[in-house]
Amino acid sequence: MSTATETQRKAPAGERVADWADGRLGIYGLAKANMRKIFPDHWSFMLGEICLYSFIIIILTGVYLTLFFNPSMNEVVYHGSYEPMNGIRMSAAYASTLDISFDVRGGLLVRQIHHWAAIIFLAGMFVHMFRVFFTGAYRKPREINWLFGFLLFVLGMFTGFTGYSLPDDLLSGTGVRFTQGAILSMPIVGTYISMFLFGGEFPGTDIISRFYSIHILLLPGIMLGLVVGHLILVFFHKHTQFAGPGKTNKNVVGMPLLPVYMAKAGGFFFLVFGFIAILSAIATINPIWALGPYRPDQVSTGAQPDWYMGFAEGFVRVMPGWEINLWGHTLVLGVLIPLVLFGLVLGALALYPFIESWITGDKREHHILDRPRNAPTRTGLGVAWVTIYFVMLIGGGNDIWATHFHLSLNAISWFVRIAFFVGPVLAFVVTRRICLGLQRRDKEKVLHGRESGTIKRLPHGEFVEIHEPLSPAQLHTLTAHEQYKPVEIGPTVDENGVERKPSALQKLRARLSQSYFGEDNQIAKPTAEEYKEITSGHGHH
Amino acid sequence: MKKLSARRRHPLAAVVVLLLALAATGGLYAAFAPAGKAQADETAQSLAIDEGKKLYSVGCASCHGSGGQGTTDGPSLVGVGSAAVDFQVGTGRMPAQQPGAQVPKKKVIYNQAEIDQLAAYVASLGAGPITPTESQVDPAGADVAKGGDLFRNNCAQCHNFTGKGGALTNGKYAPDLEGVSPKHIYEAMQTGPQSMPSFPDSTMPEQEKKDIIAYIETVNGDESESPGGLALGGLGPVSEGLFGWIFGLGGLIAIAVWVAAHTAKAKKS
Amino acid sequence: MSSQQIPEENLPVVQDTAHGAVEGAGDPFADPGLPAHRPRIQDIDERAARRSERAVAFMFTLSMLATIGFIASYVIFPVDKIVYIWPLGHVSALNFSLGMTLGLALFLIGTGAVHWARTLMSDVEVADDRHAIEAEPEVKAKVMADFAAGAKESAIGRRKLIRNTMFGALALVPLSGVVLLRDLGPLPEKKLRSTLWAKGKLLVNMNTMEPLRPEDVVVGSLTFAMPEGLEEDAHDFQTQIAKAALMIIRIEPENIKDKREREWAHEGIVAFSKICTHVGCPISLYEQQTHHVLCPCHQSTFDLSDGARVIFGPAGHALPQLRIGVNSEGNLEALGDFEEPVGPAFWERG
Repeated sequence: MSTATETQRKAPAGERVADWADGRLGIYGLAKANMRKIFPDHWSFMLGEICLYSFIIIILTGVYLTLFFNPSMNEVVYHGSYEPMNGIRMSAAYASTLDISFDVRGGLLVRQIHHWAAIIFLAGMFVHMFRVFFTGAYRKPREINWLFGFLLFVLGMFTGFTGYSLPDDLLSGTGVRFTQGAILSMPIVGTYISMFLFGGEFPGTDIISRFYSIHILLLPGIMLGLVVGHLILVFFHKHTQFAGPGKTNKNVVGMPLLPVYMAKAGGFFFLVFGFIAILSAIATINPIWALGPYRPDQVSTGAQPDWYMGFAEGFVRVMPGWEINLWGHTLVLGVLIPLVLFGLVLGALALYPFIESWITGDKREHHILDRPRNAPTRTGLGVAWVTIYFVMLIGGGNDIWATHFHLSLNAISWFVRIAFFVGPVLAFVVTRRICLGLQRRDKEKVLHGRESGTIKRLPHGEFVEIHEPLSPAQLHTLTAHEQYKPVEIGPTVDENGVERKPSALQKLRARLSQSYFGEDNQIAKPTAEEYKEITSGHGHH
Repeated sequence: MKKLSARRRHPLAAVVVLLLALAATGGLYAAFAPAGKAQADETAQSLAIDEGKKLYSVGCASCHGSGGQGTTDGPSLVGVGSAAVDFQVGTGRMPAQQPGAQVPKKKVIYNQAEIDQLAAYVASLGAGPITPTESQVDPAGADVAKGGDLFRNNCAQCHNFTGKGGALTNGKYAPDLEGVSPKHIYEAMQTGPQSMPSFPDSTMPEQEKKDIIAYIETVNGDESESPGGLALGGLGPVSEGLFGWIFGLGGLIAIAVWVAAHTAKAKKS
Repeated sequence: MSSQQIPEENLPVVQDTAHGAVEGAGDPFADPGLPAHRPRIQDIDERAARRSERAVAFMFTLSMLATIGFIASYVIFPVDKIVYIWPLGHVSALNFSLGMTLGLALFLIGTGAVHWARTLMSDVEVADDRHAIEAEPEVKAKVMADFAAGAKESAIGRRKLIRNTMFGALALVPLSGVVLLRDLGPLPEKKLRSTLWAKGKLLVNMNTMEPLRPEDVVVGSLTFAMPEGLEEDAHDFQTQIAKAALMIIRIEPENIKDKREREWAHEGIVAFSKICTHVGCPISLYEQQTHHVLCPCHQSTFDLSDGARVIFGPAGHALPQLRIGVNSEGNLEALGDFEEPVGPAFWERG
């Protein structure tokens, strides 16, 4: 064929490079499927991007910080340029963090970008996760991606924890001490794990360098893999979308990757990076120079972890001091129970998609998002979970709330203890009622139109408000959601008169299904007949 | 500090040195002159005690008893010393207004002369810590770094790393130390007001108290440096987390709304 | 458990066709399809488009200037220069200028790109079909057949000896990795049970580094002490002080409620471990009027006038007390080590 010679003659340089790469990587095949891939536009679909970009920013700034940071617990006497620490004995890790902050030009900025980005990374993941939760985006086929995201959140917490511990300052050292105390509380293996992790007794001389390799290598390495997997799955599944005219479970409506999404998503990276840089120019984070070097016999009030560990801190703070001594052994329930609760609360979130799909028995793919109001039980459970989380965050900062709202520390602890049990129940009930109310309002709107605010006087003197009928697009959007019918156990006697005993699991499932989709737990969608009857028989207002 | 040597050759250096010399002379005079009048002090002292007693019976006796012996409403003042009075009345804590977990700092009611008279009277009830002199509390020349170490060892557990204060049990609290005068900090350490334990000279010598005062002035004063920007109250991760959520994530979500929003259409069809 | 148990009518009606108008009980209102595209002002007015173009170019230009500003700031401002900026306070000139210029340089690239995309790139919404993720039945059948053929050829099902020994080998080999972790640290043994304190060790005031004397400690005061002979520059200072730190207070003996506490004190001077029994924070928020001491980490509260028993919070047992006395020179000394382990509780504590 003559095309080969033609290409050699005519093709511009860019195309020739692409040809070269295609011959080795098959990039044209990839590009065919992805270059004009469609992404729906919605601000809440960009929460994940905030996380991705802050993760990239953290890696970039983190690499820079490793060039100057010295992860060693060797004791040095500081004689750098920060006067209030002059002559103070400290670890080389703390001293090098002071140097990054005061002697490396721009070092303070990079440290602050790194830390602010970490705060935002975790907060972004939290909000992203709940966007996915409340819209039901975790349903088939995205359950695995939900787990990937969940793991990223949990690993992010621990990467953050090992990271803020590295400077070996008095605040983070107190956090490490807490970790060691928590490890000691584990039955049988506690003391061994503590000795192995710390290379002997607390604090020893190893923990900073061990946290260093966990913080810069082990955890980010796993996270990077998960991020890549998460993104590949987003591409593979294509993005979900909200219901609307022209949007179905079988298509995806939006704008193509090239050029619009490339520009918007690429631009958004710079926006996030720029924004965090400006944040780091105007607000201090973790001023380790004010905290002092770690000493196991010194402490400051207001000893809190970074926000994402705050809810675990809350559990630990409000737990009563139960301790069981039997047969020469101690079971430290006061510390162990919070640790277990920490795992259970997170685990419940991870498993929820699987629990819900078992209750609904729905094995179909879902690409249209639910509006939270149309899944009242799920929304209620989500809000209940968030309530526990934030109640515990309050518990984790109870001393700060006490001083700033002139409350008693003990009163706040008691409030949190009670709210841990009462709060989620209350939140669940209230949220579900609100959801059902909103469903009713939607039904009202569909059947009677939107309240226009215009008041008309009828000939016989009655005043009425004109209701504008909704457009077909709006009518469709408000009624596009799916409604399940609750599962029933079925007859306990089959057609041959043989008694059939439903298993406990079946009963539980029927009960749960009833509470999700029972008559009082969702408002039936308006039907076309209802609509026709009202619009035709009821005059035209 | 580093640049002092460079500035020594500045044309105005001579003027500065002259001014310093004048100030030093004046200061020396002020320091030594009252010593000459020591004999006259005794009568002045007993006068002050009389005046103080009058003020005391009007303002303090209802709670602390007519002779400072204490009642159910207020502790005995025998042996608390003039330093305690100077601190309690000088920071407005006394006279107390209402019962509560803790008597807060408020507007000072008495002027310094009256406070001195009250202090003289209470001191006459029984020996106790004496109001420090200006040179005793002057942090000039103190070791800030040593003060920081002492502060973290003795004070930070209640008052926070840089003296921003913190919570105690049942609504009590350790107050923020910003704006508290060196004299009052010194007196608080010496006398241990309310919940605070005392740090007497026997366990924390005068020089160490000065070091601590110097540290507080450096990290928690009007001129304190916060190189990284807004200090967010100096409270640590709670305020940082709130700031990160509200301004950090909040700002980014606002930006995301802009990025994802549909561009305005030409006109309504 | 499987979907077969759920009758089909319990599932909502599926929206099956792409742009189809499904009118039924489940979805009463037909999907009117994608709304027609409406042009933006930039699509129909070339002048508006030019304005957008200029705005984008302006942002990119400003970004370039900001980067130059970044380099200039890096060169101009000394690393220790502090300036007052309202409302931030006394901040580092370098941190502020570098952060602002870098931030603007990046942010303006972002606003430029997004403005470009929003105003000048096509905003026609396109619908793309989704494809089933599950394989077609014939594909699945082929894969299963291939797998069966492969498994058969390997004879893994037939030669069980090979299979079982292979599983055994694969299961055992990671053990080497676990074994290698053994030297991460020593075994606990009795390390958590003892501290540096021993009979005759003087109590050294951590402020002055002088031995404490009974007359130094007045009622209402708070002092911290460490054992004589422990030097700050010792290689194991941190590890030793983490267990040995002491909190010294004085209570009038008649106000001490606990009999053992009174006996272990010297004229009302009591020495308690400074390390909280909850998770080991240095506890020392001593309220001298009530003799309560509060932990700043998790708010465990102990009553130092009553054997340091727990009166609030998550700690499970009282703070250990050190028995003290006075030696012949009039200095406070320990009369032995703590009788129980200090710090957080652990399984072997008993």
